[in-house]
Amino acid sequence: MNSPAAFSYLDHNATTPVREVAVAAMAEVLAETGNPSSVHRAGRAARHRLEAARRSVARAIGLAETGTLVFTSGGTEANLLALAGSGRNRILCSAIEHDSVRHGVAGTVEIAVEPDGTVDLETLAALLTADRAPALVSVMAANNETGVIQPIADIVRLAHAAGALVHCDAVQAIGKIGFDMAALGTDLVSVSAHKVGGPPGVGALALAPGVSVTARQRGGGQERGLRAGTENLPGIAGFAAAIGAAVSELATYRELAVLRDAMEVRLQAIEPSARLFGVNVSRLPNTSCVALPGVSSEIQVMALDLAGIGVSAGAACSSGKVRPSHVLEAMGAGPELARSAIRISLGRDTEAAEIDRLVDAWGALALRRRGKRGAA
Amino acid sequence: MNPVRRTAARLPPDAVYLDYQATTPVDPRVLAAMLPYFSEIFGNPHSTGHGFGLAAADAVEQARAQIAAVIGAQPREIVFTSGATEANNLAIKGAARFLKSRRPRVVTLATEHKCVLESVRDLARDGIESEIVPVEPSGLVDLDRLAAALDERVSLLSVMAANNEIGVIQDLRAIGALCRARGVLLHTDAAQAFGKLPLDVGAMNLDLMSISGHKIYAPKGIGALFVRYRPRVRLEPLFSGGGQERGWRSGTLSPALCVALGTAAELAAGEAADESRRLAGLARRLRDGLVARLDGIEFHGDPERRLPGNLNLGFAGVAALDLLAALPDIALSTGSACSSAEVEPSYVLKALGLDDAGAHGAVRIGFGRFTTAAEIDRAVERITTAVARLRGSNPGDPGR
Repeated sequence: MNSPAAFSYLDHNATTPVREVAVAAMAEVLAETGNPSSVHRAGRAARHRLEAARRSVARAIGLAETGTLVFTSGGTEANLLALAGSGRNRILCSAIEHDSVRHGVAGTVEIAVEPDGTVDLETLAALLTADRAPALVSVMAANNETGVIQPIADIVRLAHAAGALVHCDAVQAIGKIGFDMAALGTDLVSVSAHKVGGPPGVGALALAPGVSVTARQRGGGQERGLRAGTENLPGIAGFAAAIGAAVSELATYRELAVLRDAMEVRLQAIEPSARLFGVNVSRLPNTSCVALPGVSSEIQVMALDLAGIGVSAGAACSSGKVRPSHVLEAMGAGPELARSAIRISLGRDTEAAEIDRLVDAWGALALRRRGKRGAA
Repeated sequence: MNPVRRTAARLPPDAVYLDYQATTPVDPRVLAAMLPYFSEIFGNPHSTGHGFGLAAADAVEQARAQIAAVIGAQPREIVFTSGATEANNLAIKGAARFLKSRRPRVVTLATEHKCVLESVRDLARDGIESEIVPVEPSGLVDLDRLAAALDERVSLLSVMAANNEIGVIQDLRAIGALCRARGVLLHTDAAQAFGKLPLDVGAMNLDLMSISGHKIYAPKGIGALFVRYRPRVRLEPLFSGGGQERGWRSGTLSPALCVALGTAAELAAGEAADESRRLAGLARRLRDGLVARLDGIEFHGDPERRLPGNLNLGFAGVAALDLLAALPDIALSTGSACSSAEVEPSYVLKALGLDDAGAHGAVRIGFGRFTTAAEIDRAVERITTAVARLRGSNPGDPGR
């Protein structure tokens, strides 16, 4: 990894370095030859690895033993398989979902969120009773931009009472907070490898017992006919190793909140007009979303990059496009505030020195802005 | 660092892997190129706001250029996917759905990969008709017959460059000319051909081409789709989201896998001419060795127009599954890997006119970069012994 003395990578919600255990697991599989669908010995060995990995991932997310885990090319594909494959025509998703959910299928109905970033349960209840058509409710476990944790158990209770299924995009939550699919009662759960220290290019959709989906990608009948294509076996092995490690380290991961909270206190002290999002509700321990009014997100990201610090303006996929964050707008932040926010996301190896560099560089930006204001 | 030899650490030391059409070992050079992108250059290639993301994005773009160069395309014409199955689904469904109002029909061949046939079948739900053109006993399609199917109602023709079971190579140059003259888009599933045969999107008039990583010594989980830019081919995306890959294919790309595919493509293309000659020699050695020792061997697929690393053959009186069971240390297959657990006879061989017994007797032997002459000789010996035993006789005289 890059020496922390030279760079501060604080964009772990976009992607995080692959864990050594995952690299080792991948290296082992990459050294072997075999298509998991082949019947010969090499193929059976590959199949054995595939099924072992499937059990590990299922265990890590609390999928019931009789449930189904379908490996996909990532969280985006898992989300689409859930939404388009569920058979439900009426889809209610929160206003702060990832674009792959919001724009995954046509005609989704948005559920508003409270100013604190959590789903408005009264609105959800009203939407559920407004139409008798069986619905699919899709709400993420934790938001990728603000880290705000959603009341999934409450959502499941409301949805199930109305005969709706619940899909939960747990891409950002898994490995950062405890997540038990069976205990929460969610019907479909999306996960991604590269957010937990596995490689990009792998994800999964978990289906609770009795829940099924219609395949989108058709062909050789892999993944019990739910997702065709030769499985990305090395990536899947890396995913299993990484998610296992991430889940076992949750207690220490939680400590990141101390570092994060101290950072936020310092940022706020430097610039009292700075706005921190989601601070009064449960949040992922590693995520901070902060607006510096009067300085656009892009300027902040660029200035911090020049100082050797990697952060982002919202989700990584929409980086490069200058658009205010739909998440912050849904929380009631005006477009100007939403355009001046950055996401700082820590990783399990983030050190205090990296935070110091961020605070210094961000502080310089805030001072420069004040200087300009003073001059004007 | 021969990956096959490392595999053999888990398998018996004298095991022979002869299933290169199912999947190939990862080349150590490919592995070396991709590994830094897991841990050292780990940025999200779509995080273009900081250096970490930009370094990853640069690697992805370089890989895109490497792939494009192999087929005479421009880098912007290459869309990364999770593999050839996704590329085939995207190409066929995407193009057919986009053109559905003007041209509500697609055409393909009876011997295409299952994911092509399934994609075509899937389109019926969108009201798109399809025609499945039969092939000749050689496995090649008759061009007049194909031309007759390509009327003004057809949006897309999908033809495999080289068949995964029988290795037959279709005449894409002639087919491309037919399509261009009729305004029909041509898609080719080049999973088995890319990096092995010369493919030129200009000379062949190809509009869409599916590419697979794990058939050319890159890992599983990566592929690409060539989408012609001029005249522009338009597709309806299969899934939307973050808008990556020009909106055709959302989802975070894996820089490691993209680098692996780019490296593998460049290596394969650079070595293709020599490697083809070497593999053709191994094919002759295998065929001649078996024919010299055994009677009643039938070879399937055109003897000339075929992948050098593939033989598909049957031994009279011997069921393929029995032969495979008798040879646990030689990785052979009865057909495509995805359907290899099925007891159904291969639809590809049936399309060539084989009856059920003939199709049940067919064995696919695939070899490639790490296959040695000694391994071929060992396979010949063991296959000969096993066939003879299954036929209830002794092996014939080698000189017969």
